[in-house]
Amino acid sequence: MSFYEEYQKYKEIDIDDVFARVTENDVLRAINKESLEVNDFAALLSVQAGDLLERVAQKANEVTRRKFGKVIHLYAPLYLSSHCENECVYCGFRSSRVMERKTLVPEEIEKEAEVISKTGIRHILILTGESRKNTPLSYIVDSVKILSKYFSTISIEIYPLTEQEYKELVSIGVDGLVLYQEAYNEELYKKYHVRGLKRDFEYRLLSPERAGSAKMRTISIGALLGLAEGRKEIFFTGLQAAYLLRKYSETEISVSFPRLKPQGGTFTAPYNISDKELVQFMLAIRLFLPGAGINISTRESSQLRSNLIGLGVTRMSAGSITVVGGYANKQKGDGQFTISDKNSVEETKNMIISKGYQPVMKDWQTL
Amino acid sequence: MEDQFKIAGQLINSRFLLGTGKFSSYAIMRDSLESSQAHIVTVALRRVDLGQKNENILDYIPKNCITMTNTSGARNAEEAIRIARLARKMGCGNWIKIEVIPDTKYLLPDNAETIKATEALAKEGFLVMPYMNPDLMDARRLVNAGAVSVMPLGAPIGTNKGLKTQEMIRILIEEIDIPVIVDAGLGKPSHAAEAMELGADAVLVNTAVAVAVDPVIMAQAFSQAVIAGRLAYLAGPGAVKEEAAASSPLTGFLR
Ligand code: SF4
Repeated sequence: MSFYEEYQKYKEIDIDDVFARVTENDVLRAINKESLEVNDFAALLSVQAGDLLERVAQKANEVTRRKFGKVIHLYAPLYLSSHCENECVYCGFRSSRVMERKTLVPEEIEKEAEVISKTGIRHILILTGESRKNTPLSYIVDSVKILSKYFSTISIEIYPLTEQEYKELVSIGVDGLVLYQEAYNEELYKKYHVRGLKRDFEYRLLSPERAGSAKMRTISIGALLGLAEGRKEIFFTGLQAAYLLRKYSETEISVSFPRLKPQGGTFTAPYNISDKELVQFMLAIRLFLPGAGINISTRESSQLRSNLIGLGVTRMSAGSITVVGGYANKQKGDGQFTISDKNSVEETKNMIISKGYQPVMKDWQTL
Repeated sequence: MEDQFKIAGQLINSRFLLGTGKFSSYAIMRDSLESSQAHIVTVALRRVDLGQKNENILDYIPKNCITMTNTSGARNAEEAIRIARLARKMGCGNWIKIEVIPDTKYLLPDNAETIKATEALAKEGFLVMPYMNPDLMDARRLVNAGAVSVMPLGAPIGTNKGLKTQEMIRILIEEIDIPVIVDAGLGKPSHAAEAMELGADAVLVNTAVAVAVDPVIMAQAFSQAVIAGRLAYLAGPGAVKEEAAASSPLTGFLR
């Protein structure tokens, strides 16, 4: 059964009702259990659990330390292209938007890589808009080959690929896939993704499975928080992560919690996710999936990021620039989203150290 | 009392081995290694960074220690073999701890792939210490494949649950002629003492030390517990007997 089929089964359940019925005892039981079931996960996401947040946090802290130690992995995003053929109403790169678009040529990629690697970053996440025309797979392959001279871990956040294509990238040393479903609410998904291949909800939802079959080493999923009701979105994110963990036991599954920070336009997020809710969601994922990586990007402020250390986070981006070509040329331009934490890699490292954790730059060795 | 501990013919000064992952800083790791008096320490190759910009974990390992690279991250024999070869190329020496873990949920090792990797690497001259699920037949296969010790798990990595596999480990201790080193799952010094009392040749700990509030003191506590457990083992069976002496003996009439 694919996750889409599992998803449809769950859609028949009145999840609001499940959340509403949660009692304090259910939450306490979930906190004290060693291995949580879906019901326990729902209990931790309920409004009721919001009152017991400190206790959940204590448990999450202990679990994270045992599983991952007192370390935070750092990576940096590298935007290769702002060309995109999709129309996602919330995104700064959407095709209808009139803006200067750019796709880096090999010499430019090399320059960006030099600047980033000088900061000590060893894990690079390459990003493109979704345009097979401007950034075909051959372009991605060539870019990976350049970047592997500078970095020991390479992840991709690009358009969804076929299993065969994922295999090809794995074979040249790509370790990680980042692919957010954006919205697990299928009806709203259709509303936000008005044109382009990304309109196909099911194809996107099943992409992590294709990458899992291709033996991708890590897969990160997530919902773009603000697009739909947060609690339910995280519920489905957790279900998908659990599904992937079961099916692809060799692959490390990570969950990200991007909150919508729109760029270039008039779109405002219809759902507001407070800091407290963000923390509650993250803690619930940690207890439900003790071995899952948890990622927080520079979309969030440095102050919040610093407070989140110890609550389950295992990975952070640092010194991020979301403008294509922006590392080597500090010119202004439009990024995909607005960055809150503008601290340098060095400042981010110091922040982590001041929290009693070790910033880890290198965590894999291309074989 | 003379009590030498040798692996592959080499004298090892401590029966306490320490891993270097999960520490909050390299400085604390180094201080913990020192207070532990460990002679063999394990380092994940994935963390070794020989670039110019970042700190190099190897610089923080006391000079008198043997650094044993582990293949953390390997999901099959082939990846473990490649990591080991890379480690040797990078100057990390011949001691290799094979970890083949194709399961991200429980972090359990794959014995079959571990045996394959052990055989290949032993042939290439590595001193191979395989991390394994305690199974007697597999341990024998590892011996035949050329392992210099076997490292059965006490409990899954990072669980701190103690000697959950005690009975199986006891059998390995009885049957396997190369050193049996209990690895993973030991959460407190008493667990380590228990493994040593059982007759394990040594123990390896990482998480319980690295994430303790004071790792430096915890390293010392483990180290002393290992010594105590060893002494207890050498001192012979203690007061606790497996079977209780019956109050009315069944064979009393024979007297
Ligand atoms: S979210 Fe991705 S696919 Fe959608 S418009 Fe932005 S860059 Fe294109």
